[in-house]
Amino acid sequence: MRVLVAWCPDWSVVAGLFEQAETGAAQVPTHDQPAAVLSNNVVEVCNEAARAEGVRRGQRRRDAQSRCPELVLLPANPDRDARYFEPVLATVEELRPGVAPIRPGLMAVPAPGRYFGGEAHAAALVAQHLVEAGVWDCRMGVADDLFTAEQAARQALVQDCVVVPSGTSATFLRDLPVRVLADLVDAGEEGRELADLLRRLGLRTLGDFAGLSAAEVTNRFGAFGRSVWSRTQGAAPTALGSRTPPPELACEVAFEPPLENAEAVCFSVRTTAERFVRSLADRQLVAVGVRIEAESDGVVTSARTWLHPRCFTSRDLVDRVHWQLQAGTAGSGLRSRRDSGEVSAPIERVRFLPDTVESAADHADGLWGGGADEQVTRGVARVQAMIGFDAVRTPVLQGGRGIADRQASIPWGERPVGLRPLDRPWPGRIPGPAPARVFATPLPADVVDEGGRTVAVTERGVVTGEPWRFLVAAAPDPLGGAVRRWTPVSSWAGPWPVDDAWWLTDPGAGSDPLPGRSARFQVVGVDGRAWLLVWRATGWAVEAAYD
Amino acid sequence: MSAQVVEQLQRRIESLQGGPTRLTVPVHPAIDGLVQLRTGTSYAVDSASLALALAAGASRAGEWVGFAGWGDFGAEAASQWGIDLRRTVLVPEPGDLWLEVAAALVDVLKVVVLKPTTQVDPKSASVLDARLRARSSVLVVWGDWPRVEASLSAEQTAWTGPDRGRGRLDRREVRVAVRRGGRLSAHDVAFP
Repeated sequence: MRVLVAWCPDWSVVAGLFEQAETGAAQVPTHDQPAAVLSNNVVEVCNEAARAEGVRRGQRRRDAQSRCPELVLLPANPDRDARYFEPVLATVEELRPGVAPIRPGLMAVPAPGRYFGGEAHAAALVAQHLVEAGVWDCRMGVADDLFTAEQAARQALVQDCVVVPSGTSATFLRDLPVRVLADLVDAGEEGRELADLLRRLGLRTLGDFAGLSAAEVTNRFGAFGRSVWSRTQGAAPTALGSRTPPPELACEVAFEPPLENAEAVCFSVRTTAERFVRSLADRQLVAVGVRIEAESDGVVTSARTWLHPRCFTSRDLVDRVHWQLQAGTAGSGLRSRRDSGEVSAPIERVRFLPDTVESAADHADGLWGGGADEQVTRGVARVQAMIGFDAVRTPVLQGGRGIADRQASIPWGERPVGLRPLDRPWPGRIPGPAPARVFATPLPADVVDEGGRTVAVTERGVVTGEPWRFLVAAAPDPLGGAVRRWTPVSSWAGPWPVDDAWWLTDPGAGSDPLPGRSARFQVVGVDGRAWLLVWRATGWAVEAAYD
Repeated sequence: MSAQVVEQLQRRIESLQGGPTRLTVPVHPAIDGLVQLRTGTSYAVDSASLALALAAGASRAGEWVGFAGWGDFGAEAASQWGIDLRRTVLVPEPGDLWLEVAAALVDVLKVVVLKPTTQVDPKSASVLDARLRARSSVLVVWGDWPRVEASLSAEQTAWTGPDRGRGRLDRREVRVAVRRGGRLSAHDVAFP
C-alpha cells in the first residue's frame, strides 16, 4: 500500500500562533514571524524564521531572546497542538477517508493511486486544501511505507511533494544521514541515543546501517535497534491506525404533502423518533441533548436544542416536537390545547440531531441502592448551568479557632487547596457539639449584666459582669424573625479568650482571622436556644447558633 | 437478616421497573422511631438540627444528600451528625430559582433539605411534589410547606453543661413534636 504523509513542520509554533490570533492577544501572525515554543524556559520548537536568526532547540530563553529580540514566546501545550490539528485532519479527510494522525503536525493517508490523477497531483491537491485552511507550511511525501514517506516529506520543499517510486525505498533511504533517526516519532530519547551511537561507530548513512545483517543488529542494538533497522530496509509493514469518521446519528422524516397540524406531525414523527433512539442504543449511547429542526418550504423555520434531565426516550422526543411546534404559533402559551394545533407554516421535514450523547451505562439504575455518582455529577451540573458555577458548593472542614474559620466551602467539582490542617490542637477553640448554623458574617448582638451594663472581658480574661440578658440584633432568616427581643440568659459558659494576629499593626487589612483580642461565650437563653457569642473590643456579635 | 435484604432488593427491583413503591430511607439512630422516611414524600422541620438529623441517616448509609438555601450551613455539625461531606451538595444561595434548584437536586440526590427563601405558594409546592413522586428522593423542608407527610418541631430544648461560666455545652434533650395527619405525638430525644 502506498502511503502519503503530510508534514507540517514546527506544528507547536503554528498552533500557538493560531491560538494567539484567535484570542486576539497579539498581532495577526504571519509565517515569517519568528516564534518559539518554550517549556521550562528552554526552546522546545522554533520556526524557520527564528532559526534564521540563530534560535536553536534547547537554547535558554534569554539566549534566544538576545539573538532575536522580536521572538514571539509561546507556552508549550500539547493539548493545544492536538486541538488545532483536528480541523487539519478533517480537511484532508474530506479528500480521502482513512486519515491516520501520527502526532500533531504529522498525518498519513493511503495514497490515492490514480483517482486525483496520480500521486503528485493528489499531494498538490492536499497541499492546496491545507493552505486554504491556513496551514502555509506543509510538505508531502509518498512512498511504499510510512517511514520512507515521512523521510520523503522531510526532504520536500514548502507545499511540495517528493514521490519515492514503488520499490525504490531502500535506494532513497540509503543516502540519508543517520541523524534523521533522532526525530523518530515513536522513539524520543531512545532514537536520539541510537543516532548518536551509530555516528560514533562510524555509520554515517542509513545505507551503512541497513547493510548490517539482522543478527548483528539484534546482538548489538537490541529489539529497538532491530525495529529501526527493518524500517531502514524500506520494507517495514505499514499499518495505519486510521480513525473512523464519527457515525451519522441524525434522523429526519419528510412529509409529502406538508403537514399543517402539530398533532399530525407528532403522530408522523413517532417512528422516526424511535429509530433515532434505537440507533443511539445500538451504539450503547443515549441522548441527553437533542436539537430538533422543522423545515417548511426548504427553510428551517423552527430549531431548538432540548435538554433532558436524564435521557430522551422516543416519547419524550415526540413531546418536545409538539411543544416546539406549538411555541412557534402566534399567541401560544395561553391558548387552549384544542385550538393550538395549527402551525405557522406547513411542515415538510423534521430532523433530530443528537446534541449531547452519553454512554448508556452511566444512565442505568444500580441494583444496590445509591445511584451512580455520574448521575449526581450530571444533576449538579444542571444546577450549575442554572445559577452559576460557584453557587453549588461542597462543604469541607479545616482547622481554626473561630467556628467560622473551621469550615470552608469550595465550588463543586474543584479540589480544596490552602486549607488549614485539622489535626493540630488549636488552643482556644470551642469544645463540645458544633453549632448547626454558622453565620459567614457575624450578626451584631449585645450582652448586658444585671445592672444593664454591657459585659466586657478584661485583659486577664475575666468577665466584668455576669451575662444576664442578651439581644441578637437581626435574625438572618426572613421567615422566622422572632429573635429580636432581649432574652434572659438561662445559663452560660466561657469565656474562651483568643488573641489572634496581635502582630498585625493595621487591623483594617481584611485579614483572616480578625486581629486583636476576642473571647467566645456559649449562651443559652430561657427559650432553650443556645448561641455562640463573641466579644471583641468593638462589641458583641453572634457567630453561630446551636439550633 | 438475609430475608430483610431479599425484601429490600425486591422493592428496589419493583422501583426500577417503574412501580410506585416507596422505599424507606434510614434515619439517624437518635431519632429512630420518631418518623419513618419514605421516598417520594416531603417532611417539614423547624430546626437546623432536626434537618441535619433527617439527612444524616441516608448519608451514613452511603447516599448523596443536598442542602439548598441554607446559607449558614454548619459543616462541622453536619459532620458530627455523621453526614459525609464528600457526598454533600450545598447550594447556599439559590436566590429566586430555589424551586428549580430543588427540583434538579431531587432528581439525583436521596435526601434534599430545602430552606425556601421566599414564601411558598401551593402551586409551586405541588410542582415539586409531583417531581418528587417520580423520583426516589426525600424532601425535607426547613420552614412551611403546604402538604407534608409529617412535620417535626423541636418544642423544648434543655442543655446540660454550662453553669455560670463553668463547663461547656455538652448535650441536650429535645422534646420533638411529630404531626402526622391529624395526630400529634411528642417524644423526648437526646441529641448527640
